[in-house]
Amino acid sequence: MDPSTLSSPLPRPRKGHVWGDRIFGVLVAGAGLFVIFLVFAIASILITQSRLAFDSYGLAFLIGTRWDVSHEVYGAVPFIAGTLLTSAIALAIGFPLAIGSAIFLTTEAPRWLRGPLGSVIELLAAIPSVVYGFWGLYFLGPYMRTTVEPILAKSLGWTGAFSGAATGTDVLTAGIILAIMVIPTIAAISRETLAAVPVAQREAAISLGATNWEVTRTAMVPYARSGIFGATILGLGRALGETMAVTMTIGNHDAIPTSLFSQGQTIASLIANELTNSSGPLQYSAIIYAALILLAISLLVNVAARLLLWRVLRVTGGTTE
Amino acid sequence: MNLDYRARRKLWSWVMSGLTAACAIAILIPLGDIIYQAVLLGGPVLSVSVLTSNLPQPCSPVNGIVCPVGGIGPALEGTGILVALAAAVSVPIGLAAAIFAVEYRGRFLGTAISFTADVLTGIPSVIAGVIIYAYFVIYDPLVVFSVITGTLALSVIMIPIITRTCEEALRTVPHSVREAALALGIPKWRTTLQIVLVSALPAILTGILLSVMRGAGEAAPLLFTAFGSRLGFQGFNNPIDALPLLIYNFAESPYQNWIHLAWAAALILILLILVASVLSRLAIQRMVRRMRGE
Amino acid sequence: MMGSGKLQVEHLSAYYGKRRAIEDISLGFPEKAVSAIIGPSGCGKSTLIRCLNRLHETLPRTRVEGRILLDGTDILEVDPIQVRRRVGMVFQRPNPFVTMSIYDNVSVALRFNGRHSRDEIDRAVIRSLQQAALWEEVKDRVDAPAMSLSGGQQQRLCIARALAAEPEVLLMDEPCSALDPVATAKIESLVKDLKNTYTVIIVTHNMQQAGRVADHTAFLYLGKLVEYGPTEDLFERPKEKLTEQYITGRFG
Repeated sequence: MDPSTLSSPLPRPRKGHVWGDRIFGVLVAGAGLFVIFLVFAIASILITQSRLAFDSYGLAFLIGTRWDVSHEVYGAVPFIAGTLLTSAIALAIGFPLAIGSAIFLTTEAPRWLRGPLGSVIELLAAIPSVVYGFWGLYFLGPYMRTTVEPILAKSLGWTGAFSGAATGTDVLTAGIILAIMVIPTIAAISRETLAAVPVAQREAAISLGATNWEVTRTAMVPYARSGIFGATILGLGRALGETMAVTMTIGNHDAIPTSLFSQGQTIASLIANELTNSSGPLQYSAIIYAALILLAISLLVNVAARLLLWRVLRVTGGTTE
Repeated sequence: MNLDYRARRKLWSWVMSGLTAACAIAILIPLGDIIYQAVLLGGPVLSVSVLTSNLPQPCSPVNGIVCPVGGIGPALEGTGILVALAAAVSVPIGLAAAIFAVEYRGRFLGTAISFTADVLTGIPSVIAGVIIYAYFVIYDPLVVFSVITGTLALSVIMIPIITRTCEEALRTVPHSVREAALALGIPKWRTTLQIVLVSALPAILTGILLSVMRGAGEAAPLLFTAFGSRLGFQGFNNPIDALPLLIYNFAESPYQNWIHLAWAAALILILLILVASVLSRLAIQRMVRRMRGE
Repeated sequence: MMGSGKLQVEHLSAYYGKRRAIEDISLGFPEKAVSAIIGPSGCGKSTLIRCLNRLHETLPRTRVEGRILLDGTDILEVDPIQVRRRVGMVFQRPNPFVTMSIYDNVSVALRFNGRHSRDEIDRAVIRSLQQAALWEEVKDRVDAPAMSLSGGQQQRLCIARALAAEPEVLLMDEPCSALDPVATAKIESLVKDLKNTYTVIIVTHNMQQAGRVADHTAFLYLGKLVEYGPTEDLFERPKEKLTEQYITGRFG
C-alpha cells in the first residue's frame, strides 16, 4: 500500500522520520549491545592473559597455599582466604548495624529525621574508598593497635583468633573498614525493601494488638527478607572487590592469615600492589589469574543479588497508569 | 499476670527500638570522624594557592625547619581532565543504552541490558584498571600509563552507572507522555529525544553528576593506567595525576607536608560530593514540583 | 454492522500476549458524527480505539489482526506515523507535556513534523485553542506552563493539541473520567461542536454521556461487539438482551 495515498491538507509529515527512527533505533541498540559486550571483553582479556599461569598450574592454582615470588611458586589460597575473611568480618559487623539502621529509618525514627538520615547514609556510600583507607591508616589502625586489639587479646585471646602482635594494620582492621563501607549499601537497599512492605501488612499486625517491635518482627522483616538478603549479598560483592581501603589497612603480606591480627592480602590488594611491578611473566599471569577469580566471584555474587532484588523491587516505572 | 506479660512485651519493644536507634547512631560515627579529621587536618592547608601550586619537595618539620606547603594543582587538573574525558565517552554510550533499555522495553535485549548494567556496577573497580592495563601492555605498550588509558578505565566504571541512573530517570516519565506524543504522529526518535528526555532532564543530569563524582573518587582503576605524575597535563600519551592517586601515594609517605596535602585533597573530594548531592536533591525536587504543576 | 463509514473496522482482533482483548469486531464509524463505545470496564473498548491509531501495538507483546479502513485504505498496512497524523487522540487523564508552555503544547505536532512558518503555526494554535473552547481563557498567557492550568483546562489543551495537527478522526478515550462535572459539561458540549468538522469516536463508561453526545453507540462486552446502532435505538429499543440488561444497570 502506498503511504502517499494518505494525505492531509496542512501538516505533511517529513518523509525522513522512517529513516530517523531506524537510525535512532540502531544507535541506541548499538550502545546497549556495547554494555553487554563490555562483560565479555573484560572476561576475555583476563582469560587470555592468565593463560600462562593457567597452563602452569591449572585449577591447582585455586588450592596452592604459597605465593613465593623468589621461587616462582604461585598459589591463590592466601588471597582467597584474605578476601573471604575480611568480607566475613565486614558482614558480621556490618549486617546487624545496617539492618538495625534500616529498621530505625523505616519504622522507628521520627518522620522529620528519616529524609536527612537517609541522605547521610547515601553520603556514606559516596565517600571515595581511598579516603576510607586514609582514615583507616591514620585513625582506625592506631586506635585498633592501642585500644581495641589489646582488649580483644586479653579477653578473647584464648580462642586463638586474636593471637599475635597487635599492629592495627591487619585483617581485622581491614574487615572493620569494609564493614563501614558495606553498611550504606546494605542499609539503603534494605530500607527500600522494608518501605515496600504494603501498609496492609503492617496494619494487620497492628490491629491484632502487636507492639511496635512485634509489627516489625512479624509483619515487616519476614515480608522483606529476600530483599534484605539481596542487599546483603550486594554488600558482600562490594566487600569482596574493595581495593584501596583494604590495601591501605591490611598490611599486604602474601600469606594465609593465621589470626585476625595477621597481616594479609586480598585478591584486590594483591592486584593493586603487584600488578605493575611483577618480577616476570609468570607472576604477572598469576595475578591476572587471581583477577579472573575475583571477577568470577563478583559476577556470581552480583548476578545472585540482582536476581533476588529484581524479583522484590520489580522495575515497574513507565507503564500505563 | 496478664498485665505483667503485656508490660514485658512493651518493654521489649522499647529496648529493640533503642537498639535500632543505637545502630543508626553507630554508623554515623565513622562518617562524622572522617569529615572531622579531614576538616581538622586538611582545612588549615586549603587555600587558593594550594589548589593551583605544584607539589612541594618532601619535608617534615624537624629542628624548626619550615616546610613548603606546595599544592595539589597537577592532581586537581588531572582529575578534571580524566573525569571530563571519561564523561564525554561514557555519557553518550550510557544514555543511549538506557534509552534502548527503557524505550524499547518488553524486548529481551532491553531487559538483558538493564540486568548487565546492574551487574557491571557491582564489579570491582580495580578490574577496570586491570583490563585496560592488560590490553594496552600488549597492544600499545607506549601509552600504558597515560591520560588515554586512565580515561578508558574510568569509562568502564562510569558507563554502567550512567546507564542505570539514566534508566531510572527515564522511567520516571509517565508512559502517558510517550503515548501523547506518539498519538500526535511524532516519530519515536523525536518523542524520545525532544519530549521524554527533556522531561527527565533534571534526573538525568543528576545521574550523570553522581557518576562523575564516583569517577572522581576512584583510585583503584587509575593505579595502572593514569598512574600519577608530579607534573600536570603532559599530553594524552603521558601519565597524569589525580586526587585519589595523590591521596594514596602521599598517605603512605613519611613526609608531613605531603600528608597534609593528602588531607586537603580528601577534604576537596568530600566537599565536591556534598555539593553534588545537595545539587542533585534540589534538581530532583524541582522536577517533581514541576510535574505536579506547582 | 457493516456499511461504509469514514473508518471501517473489519474482523478486528487484538491481543495482549496470548490474551485476546477484542474478538472479531466489525463496525463502521460514519463521517462527521459522534460515535460512542460503551461497555463495562475490561470489555475492550479502550483497546478498540487504541487500535484505530495503532497505539495498541506500541505496548510490548501485543498484536492486531483484521483490517481498519480509513477512507478505504487499510491503516494497518501503512506507516503508523502517517496514520496518527490523520487520527488524533485524547486520553483518559489530561497529559500535557509538563516541560512545555501552553503554546508549545498545542504547536508541538506542527513543530516536530514538517516545515511550517511561524505564521502558520500561530494561526493553527489560535484556531485549535478556539475549537477546543480554551482560547478565551488562555489568550493572555499562552506562554505559561501547561501544568498551571486546571484539570479541565488541561484536557481541553490536549484536545487543542490533537486538533492542531488537523486530523480527520478524533479518538477520545474516556476524556472526562478524571474531571469534575462542570469540566465534563464543557467537554461534552465541545464534542458536539467538533462533529461538524471531525469524525469523533468517544469511549465512555458513562451511559448518560453517550446518550447526550453520540449519534451512534456501540456496546461491547467481553471483547465482543454486542450491538451497534443509532444511540436512540440502542438505548430505547435494544435488540439484544445483554444490551438491555447493561443499560438498565443490571450489571457493569
